[in-house]
Amino acid sequence: MIEVKDLVKKYGDTTAVDHLSFAVEPGRITGFLGPNGAGKSTTMRLILGLDRPTSGNALIDGKPYRDLRDPLRYVGALLEARAVHGGRSAFNHLLYLAQTQGVPKKRVSEVLDLVGLSAVAGKRTKGFSLGMGQRLGIAAALLGDPEILILDEPVNGLDPEGVLWIRQLLKALASDGRTIFVSSHLMNEMAVTADHLIVIGRGKLQADMPVGQFIAQFSDTAVLVRTPHADSFRAAVGERGWSVANTNDAGALIVTGSTAPQIGELAAERGLVLHELTPQKASLEEAYMELTRESGEFAHRSAPVLGGSDGRA
Amino acid sequence: MAARDSVLTPTTMQAAGTGHAHFGRLLLAEWTKIRSVRSTYWSLIALIIAFLFFSWLFPYLTVSNWKQATPTQQANLIEDPIGSIMSSGLFVGQLAVAILGVMVTASEYSTGMIRSTLLASPHRVRMLAAKSIVFALLILVIGEVIAFAGFFIGRQTFKSLLTVNLSSGDVRQVFGVGLYLGMLGLFSLVLGSLIRHVAGAITGIVALLLVISNLIQLIPGRVGKYLYTYEPTNAGFAIIGKRLPDNFLISSWEGYGVFAAWTALLWALAAYLLVRRDA
Amino acid sequence: MIQATALTKRYGPRLAVDQADFTVAPGKVTGFLGPNGAGKSTTMRMILGLDRPSSGSVTINGVPYHRLAAPLREVGALLDAKAVHGGRTAYNHLLVLAKANGLPRGRVDAVIDLVGLHSVAKKRSGGFSLGMGQRLGIAAALLGDPGILMFDEPVNGLDPEGILWIRNLMKALAAEGRTVFVSSHLMSEMALTADHLVVIGLGKILADEPMADFIAKNSVSYVRVRSPQMADLGPKLASRGWRIEPQPDASVHVFDAQPAQIGDVAGTAGLWLHELTLVQSSLEEAFMRLTAGSVEYHAGQTGDAGLAGGQRVPDGTAMPGWGTPVPQEIQNSQVKERTQ
Repeated sequence: MIEVKDLVKKYGDTTAVDHLSFAVEPGRITGFLGPNGAGKSTTMRLILGLDRPTSGNALIDGKPYRDLRDPLRYVGALLEARAVHGGRSAFNHLLYLAQTQGVPKKRVSEVLDLVGLSAVAGKRTKGFSLGMGQRLGIAAALLGDPEILILDEPVNGLDPEGVLWIRQLLKALASDGRTIFVSSHLMNEMAVTADHLIVIGRGKLQADMPVGQFIAQFSDTAVLVRTPHADSFRAAVGERGWSVANTNDAGALIVTGSTAPQIGELAAERGLVLHELTPQKASLEEAYMELTRESGEFAHRSAPVLGGSDGRA
Repeated sequence: MAARDSVLTPTTMQAAGTGHAHFGRLLLAEWTKIRSVRSTYWSLIALIIAFLFFSWLFPYLTVSNWKQATPTQQANLIEDPIGSIMSSGLFVGQLAVAILGVMVTASEYSTGMIRSTLLASPHRVRMLAAKSIVFALLILVIGEVIAFAGFFIGRQTFKSLLTVNLSSGDVRQVFGVGLYLGMLGLFSLVLGSLIRHVAGAITGIVALLLVISNLIQLIPGRVGKYLYTYEPTNAGFAIIGKRLPDNFLISSWEGYGVFAAWTALLWALAAYLLVRRDA
Repeated sequence: MIQATALTKRYGPRLAVDQADFTVAPGKVTGFLGPNGAGKSTTMRMILGLDRPSSGSVTINGVPYHRLAAPLREVGALLDAKAVHGGRTAYNHLLVLAKANGLPRGRVDAVIDLVGLHSVAKKRSGGFSLGMGQRLGIAAALLGDPGILMFDEPVNGLDPEGILWIRNLMKALAAEGRTVFVSSHLMSEMALTADHLVVIGLGKILADEPMADFIAKNSVSYVRVRSPQMADLGPKLASRGWRIEPQPDASVHVFDAQPAQIGDVAGTAGLWLHELTLVQSSLEEAFMRLTAGSVEYHAGQTGDAGLAGGQRVPDGTAMPGWGTPVPQEIQNSQVKERTQ
């Protein structure tokens, strides 16, 4: 369990983290979202005791990080910034970390195996690709078999198998009752990974809720319908006061203002055959963009150019 | 629990027990860190080669040019042969120790390694203490070994000219090499921790050793003598001298004490800043 | 149009790219997928004339890259966002490129506006974040108004708005009739961006086909049906010979049938439907299925990344190590609704 209470961090005149409070609960994957410069990395660094808060505090199981004994056995962390000495081998990097925590040497080989770096364990990390560096960081995070994992952009530089692997790993760890806190810019990745979301913008909390609720709250619901009786269907739907729109896909209609069961029952009553009846889930990305638009807290950069689509699927 | 057993295989973890982070672990870990980068080996090899080579070269040149030497030079040498052997080796060798000392701390910042280090040891002062002890002891031990090796090389080279004896009063001069290098290593390490930038810290320590320590002599009067005497590396270097320069105001051991006091002061400052500053 | 014919690149005994044939056509976004070390970067470097093919050829509008008279006007590429002199301002970086290719100064202002770097154009790029560097790289790629664009991992370092922005940019560029070739490791991102896929594994082209065909070929699909009258509807569907799997959430998965066929059965019988959805695998699942199916690829992946260890399953672990096939239960959780 991670608790952030009224946390503030100022760098000179800039307030990077602004009276932020939230809790990251065990047993689920909590996604940490926000645009560049929103304060995500700073918040993570404050939780990990790397930076000192200007005021407020961040607690791990009720204690500041700096008061933890053998902290890597409580908390495994992967930071976005590089945190290895390029002249040292992957094995020795992990060995040093293990020794500080009284973790046996055998465990080092084990985590190297787990992330698939055994073959290059003795190589200096200077020559590692982004993906290999990321695997080493993940190995370091898992070294102490921690109850809490804090990962900043974990899939950065990973290949498709790596992306899938880390997602499976996090899900397995969360279902095991561990606390998983993951930041990412990849909404589509978060949508299939996170159970709960914490969204910040300009250092302030914007949302703290389950993913499903987040999507529902910040998007419209719609139902996609295909029917051979399009005209009668339109008329029937119109009578109910629901709205119908065409789509790019000929024959498919989008109904808003109603639910799939209501539409299905209406069609059956009128004897209209349905060829498809699919509730449309808005994507996490759409919901996120809607939130950032509504809150007006986020610095908007150039809108899509070249007269292209508007980004809504 | 299946995931737990498989993903993180805690069998090995249980074997470790749940002991607290005791200081011995930090010492072991810092030792691993120091021995696992090549810059350590290169610096130490440079130290050993430079020290031993100059321990031979100076006596050799002295012996072969004895006739050309002035009576004062000859008198100085006869009075303090050990000091001249040791100081010629040290003059170059100390640079390797200074640079390595700076690298031990400053390179953690330039590579980003400091984040891993502090995540593992959030009690930052203990981490700095462990690092200081391991590095200073390493340099002390190597320093003593090369000091005695250099002494015997120098003595052999001088043999045709004069007999160099290691009387009880002169042992300090030989042991002083390791003491000086160990303290210099620690001083540099602390400087690296304060400056947090490899190039900047190396420039600082090299300037202090080669430029400032000498230029300071040019300041006239009592003030100049004080500054010269209490400049940390000059003060420390006195440990290997027999007859100290006229403008050096205190004894050899007092000088070493001044160097130690400087180092302790900066260490305390580094520890304070390490805790205060964001990593 | 980019065309590779029997393209081969050998590094010593190792074949990085092995007799690759593919075409990247204009007017659509073509995704270039493959694991680390599969030969993606080598292929892109050969297209741009940075590496020489050992045999075979790759041409741009029929001509090898090194014979193009004004390459930046024909091909724009984003390979490594940080291939910029950090001491130069963004504006001057682009100006140097423009001058070298005989492009007017006005193009520089145009692309700076386009990528939204206007406010930092006069700042030295050394202080740029990864995302800003990426935008500068994209600006450089667009400078010559080229008909062909190549992007290697373009969303790296971008924040959600940046990701959405570049996705729309690529779609818009393709809609203008340009050729857009983009590599990525992010299947979820590719699924939303690409119209066509070229998949490479162990240097061989494993697939070169439209996204929809790729997913259809490498996935299982079924129809999810919800109805308050399932007791009546179920037997009617089963009697058609369709396989039916009831689910814990009271829905039913129907295999071997199209939604329209099921809708007709329900409609004819006057039964209520609460949902009738065709569910297809995600691109990620399809990709994993394809690459996992290639046994040789799994055993032999010792590519650039040197991550052969990743293919090992640690002894006695139920959780697979990196690179092992996807367990069924995870695959199922990844199956997403087909959205329009």
